[in-house]
Amino acid sequence: MNYFPDEVLEHVFDFVASHRDRNAVSLVCRLWHRVERLSRQRVFVGNCYALSPEILIARFPGLKSLTLKGKPHFADFNLVPHDWGGYVQPWIEALSNSRIGLEELRLKRMVVSDESLELLSRSFANFKSLVLVSCEGFTTVGLAAIAANCRFLRELDLQENEIDDHSGHWLSCFPDSCTSLISLNFALPLETLQNILMRAPQLVDLGTGSYIHDPDSETYNKLKHTILKCKSIRNLSGFLEVAPRCLPAIYPICLNLTSLNLSYAAGIHGSELVKLIRRCAKLQRLWILDCIGDKGLEVVASTCKELQELRVFPSDVLGVGHAAVTENGLVAISAGCPKLHSLLYFCQQMTNAALIVVAKNCPNFIRFRLCILEPTKPDPVTMQPLDDGFGAIVQSCKHLRRLSLSGLLTDRVFLYIGMYAEQLEMLSVAFAGDSDKGMLYVLNGCKKLRKLEIRDCPYGDKALLTDVGKYETMRSLWMSSCEVTLGGCKTLAKEMPRLNVEIINEHDQMEIGSEEQRVEKMYLYRTLVGPRKDAPEFVWTL
Amino acid sequence: MEKSVNYGDHDDLNLEATELRLGLPGISSSSDIGYEKQSSSASTVVVVRNNKRASPEGIMTQESSTKSNSSVSDARNVGPDSHHQPLAKAQVVGWPPIRSFRRNSFQQKKTDQGDGAGMYVKVSMDGAPYLRKVDLKVYKSYPELLTALENMFKFTIGEYSEREGYNGSEYAPTYEDKDGDWMLVGDVPWDMFIFSCKRLRIMKGSEARGLGCL
Repeated sequence: MNYFPDEVLEHVFDFVASHRDRNAVSLVCRLWHRVERLSRQRVFVGNCYALSPEILIARFPGLKSLTLKGKPHFADFNLVPHDWGGYVQPWIEALSNSRIGLEELRLKRMVVSDESLELLSRSFANFKSLVLVSCEGFTTVGLAAIAANCRFLRELDLQENEIDDHSGHWLSCFPDSCTSLISLNFALPLETLQNILMRAPQLVDLGTGSYIHDPDSETYNKLKHTILKCKSIRNLSGFLEVAPRCLPAIYPICLNLTSLNLSYAAGIHGSELVKLIRRCAKLQRLWILDCIGDKGLEVVASTCKELQELRVFPSDVLGVGHAAVTENGLVAISAGCPKLHSLLYFCQQMTNAALIVVAKNCPNFIRFRLCILEPTKPDPVTMQPLDDGFGAIVQSCKHLRRLSLSGLLTDRVFLYIGMYAEQLEMLSVAFAGDSDKGMLYVLNGCKKLRKLEIRDCPYGDKALLTDVGKYETMRSLWMSSCEVTLGGCKTLAKEMPRLNVEIINEHDQMEIGSEEQRVEKMYLYRTLVGPRKDAPEFVWTL
Repeated sequence: MEKSVNYGDHDDLNLEATELRLGLPGISSSSDIGYEKQSSSASTVVVVRNNKRASPEGIMTQESSTKSNSSVSDARNVGPDSHHQPLAKAQVVGWPPIRSFRRNSFQQKKTDQGDGAGMYVKVSMDGAPYLRKVDLKVYKSYPELLTALENMFKFTIGEYSEREGYNGSEYAPTYEDKDGDWMLVGDVPWDMFIFSCKRLRIMKGSEARGLGCL
């Protein structure tokens, strides 16, 4: 294979961008492995505990952009206790002690302290981009360090994080002219909003924050005025507390918007949302609350022909109020938006018939996540489980990579998934299935499965232990409130030394030595570095 | 291309394996379904799940008391035969699967009754026999609210300073915020306060002074 000098190989590899393709390239032979690793600039680590910073740095000395993910997905829904882990500090320390010229850091579900942010801001002269999604542990003190010290910052994206302090004072730490800044995505308080817009007129992404109550106020007028100057804004989010009368301020930029996130704006009525959306014909991504209603979704379907991603979040979490969105809204969307490939849909009910229509209208789904708010709810028309509906989805959508199920489901839906979902990489299951067979259908059939997360299903040791080798082909498995026992997990840990099998013993319920007791929360993942050293007391690595 | 599902050693359609039983083989069908015994709880729970459209025997077992930190066991009690009860969603941990700040913003929506309807919160005063209610929307600022409270309960609040809280009287106005914490009234901007305040409490005596001395 050494027909070409290394530089030529490297040049060819430059065209190979996706990390998966590059991983494949690196497996061809030792030469390719070496050339690839020395030239790779962007690395994706799906589980920060699968390897160590030292391994990363040794293998990829040319690293410029690192993506790291920490906690399991269900941590987003409070199923993982607070101090479970996922700290970024050791990574930043190791990187700053090395010769790596880090320019971009993207973190998801990690604990990021102010200390980490300060160290980050001082360690890398060319640092350009920080993206924190669903992280916690930092305050505006850390952000101020980033704003002040990272001279070439282009992107600061803070989505869905737990930040204690929402004041905007740290924003004054940005230099007077941030001509490099094109993306600023977080909740900006109104007073500082126009300040930033003045300094960074080339902003493409903008998140707005708090209080816009009064359309007659001077600040509101200033905002309107400033927004008119920002022709470049394509991506708008926020509106935590906005009075509907103030929405017209953003009408001028609606036509150019490709991405709109109104999912925090609980105070806006469906009719106001609809008025806004009618002006956004170029939308590709829309995040919205279900108070838009089925009728509102029909408007979306007729207006947003370019729509690729839609998320409809619930606005009435606890109540049994009127049905906000139902299967009708989804059917309308599927009929009107031919480019739709990613969906997250919280609804009161769903029917098999509707799912079959959706499957026919949209064979291009990559992500299909349906959450019927009431667990185990059947098709309200036929009172049947939703096996056939989801079966139609997996059969029709041959490129489906991610699927979340809900509603009343038997083992049969898993039979369909195992048979048809050939590209499936991530599956989320809750309150579903009748027996171990369900899980086995999936483990057996989905060859590309990487992440499986299950809660409140009747899968036990037999399902867990039938094909233990499978777990080394996957990133992780989460099972909570299922039927696996301590003995079963111990057996698995013993047979598969390259997995970390972690038990979360939250309320001290587990008795050491009692093998038949059920395990409430188990999380296992493949790893090169053995049991992690930062596990808290309530996490047992078997 | 035929897709066959492989279970390893077992033949598929081993119906006995999924037959309804009240206990797993090898485990005594102990009726002890107390809090600590995880093993026996396992047997009853499995039965419930399998009963979705099967014969009603054994459906309504005491599974809801067996799960210790239960997500929801009563969720599985559903089928066309059984009486379909809407689930009390509040009891399910981590359901629906949304991030906590989304949950919080809905609590807030419920507090905000809309532009016209007012924003009533309870006010308690240490030592008073009953509570009162005030509409926070009626006031435009802290002085207005505090004066109203002084009139309502016939007492005097001291001077507010960021450093010492309320100096000059034995009372301190406090409020419970969205996170459930008790905060001193006056620290945050008025607009932020009315949206995060869930209830008010006028603290008195040493407890109040303690707050001011922090």
